[in-house]
Amino acid sequence: MATSLRTREGGPATGRSASRHDRGEGPFRFLTTGAGILLLAIMAAIAVFLVVKAIPALQQNTSNFFTEKLWTPNGAEPRFGIAALAFGTLISSLLALLMALPVAVGVALFISHYAPRRLAGVLGYLVDLLAAVPSVVYGLWGVIFLVPFMSGPATFLNTYFGWIPLFAGDAVYGRSILTASVVLAIMILPIIAAISREVFLQAPGSLEEASLALGATRWEMIRMSVLPFGRAGVVSAAMLGLGRAMGETIAVALIFPATFEITLRVLSANGNSIAANIANGFGEATVTGRGALIASGLVLFVITLAVNMAARLIVARRSFGGAA
Amino acid sequence: MTATARVLPAISTGRRVKNTFVQGLVWLAFGLAIIPLISVLWLVVKNGLARFDLTFLTHSMRGIAPRDAGGGAYHAILGTLEQVAIATVISVPIGLLTAIYLVEYGQGRRLARTISFFVDVMTGIPSVVAGLFILAFWILILGFGFSGFAGALALSILMMPTVVRSAEEMLRLVPTELREASYALGVPKWRTIVRVVLPTAFTGIVTGVMLAIARVAGETAPLLLTVFITNSINEDPFNGPQMGLPLYIFDQMGRPNDTAIDRAWAGALTLILIVMLLNLVARVIAWWRSPAKAR
Amino acid sequence: MAKQIEVADLDAYYGSHKAIEGISMTIEPRSVTAFIGPSGCGKSTFLRTLNRMHEVIPGARVTGKIRLEDQDLYGAGVDPVSVRRTVGMVFQRPNPFPTMSIFDNVAAGLRLNGRVRRSELEGVVEKSLRGANLWNEVKDRLSKPGAGLSGGQQQRLCIARAIAVSPAVLLMDEPCSALDPISTLAIEDLIAQLKNDFTIVIVTHNMQQAARVSDRTAFFNLAGPGKPGKLVEMDDTSKIFTTPSEKATEDYITGRFG
Repeated sequence: MATSLRTREGGPATGRSASRHDRGEGPFRFLTTGAGILLLAIMAAIAVFLVVKAIPALQQNTSNFFTEKLWTPNGAEPRFGIAALAFGTLISSLLALLMALPVAVGVALFISHYAPRRLAGVLGYLVDLLAAVPSVVYGLWGVIFLVPFMSGPATFLNTYFGWIPLFAGDAVYGRSILTASVVLAIMILPIIAAISREVFLQAPGSLEEASLALGATRWEMIRMSVLPFGRAGVVSAAMLGLGRAMGETIAVALIFPATFEITLRVLSANGNSIAANIANGFGEATVTGRGALIASGLVLFVITLAVNMAARLIVARRSFGGAA
Repeated sequence: MTATARVLPAISTGRRVKNTFVQGLVWLAFGLAIIPLISVLWLVVKNGLARFDLTFLTHSMRGIAPRDAGGGAYHAILGTLEQVAIATVISVPIGLLTAIYLVEYGQGRRLARTISFFVDVMTGIPSVVAGLFILAFWILILGFGFSGFAGALALSILMMPTVVRSAEEMLRLVPTELREASYALGVPKWRTIVRVVLPTAFTGIVTGVMLAIARVAGETAPLLLTVFITNSINEDPFNGPQMGLPLYIFDQMGRPNDTAIDRAWAGALTLILIVMLLNLVARVIAWWRSPAKAR
Repeated sequence: MAKQIEVADLDAYYGSHKAIEGISMTIEPRSVTAFIGPSGCGKSTFLRTLNRMHEVIPGARVTGKIRLEDQDLYGAGVDPVSVRRTVGMVFQRPNPFPTMSIFDNVAAGLRLNGRVRRSELEGVVEKSLRGANLWNEVKDRLSKPGAGLSGGQQQRLCIARAIAVSPAVLLMDEPCSALDPISTLAIEDLIAQLKNDFTIVIVTHNMQQAARVSDRTAFFNLAGPGKPGKLVEMDDTSKIFTTPSEKATEDYITGRFG
C-alpha cells in the first residue's frame, strides 16, 4: 500500500515566472546562496587552518603524537602526544553520559507524560534553565562547591565499591575524573532531556490510546507506544550530549587534576581532557606549544564531528512507515 | 448470573508495583535534575551579592593585586557587550540569508541538503575549536593581534548555526498562501521575501537571535584564545587584548585569594543576570507575539 | 462473557465545560447498541466514559454511576486499568502498533498479564484473528508488520487485538469512518457475528449502518447551542427508524437536520 499510493509533488515553482524579469531577483538569490556556501566554506576552513598550523608543530615533535602520553611541547625538544588527553576526554564524557542519560530520559518522561499538565510547561522551562547557565559558572561552582563536596561520595564509593576497578585506589581526591564527569553530566542533561522530551511528545496519541484501551498501566503504555518511537531520538540525543561533553572546556579546566596519566581510577588525582589542556596550556605556550594545542584541537574537532554526524544520520534514517 | 461473580479482573500486584516504581523513578529523576540548578543559582546569588556593588560595576582591575579587596569588572562587562554586539552584526545577516536560501530557494536541492546537514553539525563544534580556528587563521596566519574583534569572530562562528536554525523554523511557519497572494499580485519573489515573509517572521527571528546571543555571551574558551586577558579598560575592540565577563570569572576563580574568589562570584552573578535577562526578553517577545497574532 | 451495562444520571466534563448531561440507559448483553446523533452531541464522549478512557484527557471527569452487572465502574478502589481490560475499545482510525508484527499486535494485551506460554498464545492469536475474519488473509505473514495491511485489514486487526483479551464489552467509535465501502461491509458482517459473544456498543455517523447492524439505537442531541449533549431517546432500532417517539429523532433520521 505504501508503494502504490506514493504521490509526487509536481508543478512549476510558484512565482518563478513573475520574477523572471526583475533585476533584484538575481542578486538577492546570489546573496542568499552565497551565505549558505560561506557557511560550508567556514566549516572547511576550520579543518584546513587547524591542519596548516598543526603540521609545523607535529614536525617538531620528537615523539609519536598518537601514542605519547606526555605533553611537553614548549621545551627545546618538544615531546607531546594525544594519548592521555584523548583517553581522559573519552572516559570523562562517557561517564558523564552514563550519569546523565537515565536522569535525562526520566526528566523527559516526567515532562511529557507524568507531570501535571498545567505545570509541565513551567517545569520544562526550569530544566531548560540548566542549559542557560554559562559553562564558566558551572566551573566556578564545581571548583568552589563540588570539589570539596565530592570527597564524601568518593570516599563512600572507594570504601564499598573499591573492588570495581573504576573506584579502586589508596586515596580519593575531590579534583578527579569523577567530579569533572558530574559537572559534565549536569551540563549535558538539559540537552538530552529537551530532545528526548520532543520525541516522546511526538509519539502518536492514537497508539497511546490503543494500549490504554487494552488495559495497559501508564508505564506499560509508555513501553508499548512511546519508547519504540523515541528510541532513535534518544540515542541521537545521547550522542549530541556526548559531543557536548567532549568539547566542554572551561567548566572542567580547573577541576581536572591536569596530569598526563592513563588510568581507569576515576577517584584518583589523575585526569585531563583535550579541551581542558588547551585552556590550561595556552597561557605559557610557545610557538610550537600553540601548534601542538591546535593539533590536539584538530583531534577534538574530528572526534566531535564524527559523533555529531552519526547522531544526525541516526535521526535522518529514523522513519516508520507511519501509523496509517 | 450471581452477584458474587467477580466482574472486573484483578490487576496483578507485580504490574501495579512496577507502574508505581517507574512513576517514583521519573519523579526522582526530575528532582535530581533540579538540585544542581538550585544549588548553582543559590550559591551564585549568596556569594555574588558580597561584591555586587557600584565599585564592581564601574571599576576595572588596573593596579589591583589578587589579594586586594575592591576592583571590578567594568572592563570585562564593556568587552563582553562589544564582542557580543560585533558577533551579532556578523552572524545575523549570514545566518538569516542562509535560512532564506534553505527555505525559499533551496527546496530539495543537493546544495541545500548539504548546507542543512552541516549547519546541524556546526552546532556541535566545541567552542574551544572555534577559538582555535580564529587563533590559527586570524591571529597566527593573517597576523592580527589578540583583540575583542577576534573574539567576536570566534563567537559568530558559534552563533551562526543557531541563528540559521531558528530563522529557518520561523520562515517555515509563514503560510504559503501569504507568499502566493503576493506572487499573484505580480510581486517578484525576492520582494515578496523582503516585504512579506520577513516582516511576518520578524518577532520569531528576533527571539531566536536573542537566545543565540544569550548562549554565546557566556562562552569563555574561545575568548581565552583570541581576546586574551587584560586588567585595564580597553574600549577599542579592534586593537589590543580586551577582557570579557566570562573570561574575568575564569581569571579570578583560578587565584587562591578569597578577594579574587569573591570577585569571581560577583562576576558570575552579573553574567547570569545578563544571560537571564536576554532569555527573559526573548521569551517575552515570543509570548507577546502569540496573542498579538490573534488580535 | 457478555454483560449488561447500566448507566444512571451520568454527566461528563472537560475541565469546566459540561459535555454530556443526565444520561441514563441500559445496554443489553449479546446485542448491538448503536449511538447516533449530530456531530458534537457527546456520543463519543459518552462511549469513552464506558471504559474510563474519557479521563485520559487532562481535566476530564465524570459524575454519576455506571454499573457493569453489579460492579460500579467508578466506585472507590476500582482501577481504570481493569475496567479497560473488561471493556475493550476499537477506534475511529485503525491504530495497530507499527513497530510490532501482526502476531505481536494481537498478543499485545495478553502479554501485559505476565508470561504466557507460546502455544497458548498462538491458540488465542489464531482464535482472535479468526474471530475478526482476518485469519485467512494473514496466516502466512503473521511475523510481518501490522502497518503493512490495508486500512480495512488493519481495523480488523485492531478488533482481533481487542477481543484477544476476551473482554465482556466491545466499544466501537465510528470504526468504519476511515474505511472504503467493501471494508465497511466486512466490518459490519463481523459485528453481526461478534454480538454472539460480546456486548457491543457502536458510535456511528451513518444511519444506514446503525439500521443494518444494531438491535437497539440511542439518539443523542445537543440541548441547545453551547449546551451539553443529552440522550433524546433509546429504543429498538426498528422502532427508532420507523416510529420514533420524539420529534427531534424523526427530524434527524429523515435528514431534516444534522
